Amino acid sequence: MPPTTTSTTRAPGDERLSTATAVRRMAPYWLTVSLRTWRGSVVSAFLAPVFYVVAMGVLLGGFIAEDPSRLEGAPDYLSFIVPGLVAGHAMQTAVADTSWPVFSNFKWNRVYDSMVATPITVRQVAFAHLFFVWLRVTVVCAIFDLVVAPFGVFGSWWGPFGALGAQSLTGLAFATLMYGYACRVESDAAFGVVFRLAIFPLFLFSGAFFPVSNLGAVGERVAQLTPLWHGVNLSRMLSLDTVDLSTAAINLAVLVGVSVLGGWWAVSGLERRMAR
Amino acid sequence: MSTPTRFPVPLTSVQATLLLVERNVITYRSAWKLFITGFLEPVFYLLSIGIGVGQLIETFEFNGRDIPYAEFVAPGMLAASAFNGALMDSCFNFFFKLKHLRLYDSVLATPVGTADVARGEVIWGQLRGGSYSAAFLVVMLALGYLHSWWALLALPAALLIGFAFSAVAMACTTWFTSWQDFEKVTLVQTPLFLFSATFFPVTAFDGWLRWVVECTPLYRGVVLCRELTTGAVSSASLVSVVYLLVMGAAGLYVVRRRLDSLLLT
Repeated sequence: MPPTTTSTTRAPGDERLSTATAVRRMAPYWLTVSLRTWRGSVVSAFLAPVFYVVAMGVLLGGFIAEDPSRLEGAPDYLSFIVPGLVAGHAMQTAVADTSWPVFSNFKWNRVYDSMVATPITVRQVAFAHLFFVWLRVTVVCAIFDLVVAPFGVFGSWWGPFGALGAQSLTGLAFATLMYGYACRVESDAAFGVVFRLAIFPLFLFSGAFFPVSNLGAVGERVAQLTPLWHGVNLSRMLSLDTVDLSTAAINLAVLVGVSVLGGWWAVSGLERRMAR
Repeated sequence: MSTPTRFPVPLTSVQATLLLVERNVITYRSAWKLFITGFLEPVFYLLSIGIGVGQLIETFEFNGRDIPYAEFVAPGMLAASAFNGALMDSCFNFFFKLKHLRLYDSVLATPVGTADVARGEVIWGQLRGGSYSAAFLVVMLALGYLHSWWALLALPAALLIGFAFSAVAMACTTWFTSWQDFEKVTLVQTPLFLFSATFFPVTAFDGWLRWVVECTPLYRGVVLCRELTTGAVSSASLVSVVYLLVMGAAGLYVVRRRLDSLLLT
């Protein structure tokens, strides 16, 4: 008896998977990759940020006057710098995981080719990879927040949770942007340049280390146009319990907007690349 | 016409070393964007930390004189960028050439020897790092952070820092087997960078901890550069110079021995 639910030209089992099912089927792969490689990034993911907290927050902060009016409401420099550092770290982890790793998956080790040789579509491959990068960034930030909590940097009990949400969203926004970029470059040398000219200056000038008002009126406006500033600011307001609702709404809207646009940019990038 | 070709004249060590330098110059022509943007890193740091954070700090005392924060940080950045650049070239790029390109296997099939390879790579690293240091010193001059003629010696000081770290980093890299080993580099590089009194005075540390910091090579480099750019040079500065020279010479010796055993046996 011919199958009634699928077209006769297709073999049984060749029907499209739902995206949720596809992502679930790729989960063991991404879990295995994470478990096999986490040792290779444990220092840069966990230890280096702690060094930054101690060096900049504690030691340098010891020379900085505790003046909430000059530190965007933070009682001391450590409380000021930590939420910014975590948001900046979310960006760096996200772009590190979506640059060379993505490029290698269609250029060198061709893992994507083998994934799309199954009923999984290119779109689902991109979604799944982004989803697992997002998960990793969130875990990294959660551990970071947990480690700094005893330093007394959070203004309320829910501060760490709100801040984690902002940091995780920051990671997602940058992961999607870098993913789309990685799908469109011809050589991996392009990453070195974008890291130097975009990621690193963003980290330094987006208000993680000092209030953006220190940049002067024009500099402040420019810094506020970058997505990282929105992540840093939201993370800091939630962490210090100094939320200004209208600013928070703008920050949130920018981060969600960039993530949605970035998601489209990433998926279309991979579809174009895999069609070649 | 029929005169027998002479036995090839071996290269002098200077010629052999320069051949390897030339090889690096040629390959970097296609990556010129990466080369040019390399010098921006310390400048970004200076503008961000020095000026942005500097507005939160009054002044720091150094050798009995109060100096503005940016002027305090800038020589530290000069030293730290020579250090970071040396590690980048001598760990990542050297490893790539050694294990993946197998560049030295082919180089050693010519009259160029292992000592020439070690010297050539270090000299290339210094040409690259030195051009960044020179550009950074020009930025410092333009921002009015240099007040002493001793600052002219900050360039050779930066080269000395680069030389010392290049040689030692190359020596360590010869023991690496996979890219995972580079986490060990990060493990050493990040604390050295952050705790070498680049961003704050060494008085932030107490007792034995301060003693440990003062014994680290990057701290010697940072202090040397700071002494030169602020004009606070004394006979104590020689300690840093000798320290870094010995470190570099020891590194070069080990690199050569290691390359001998890796590639010639």
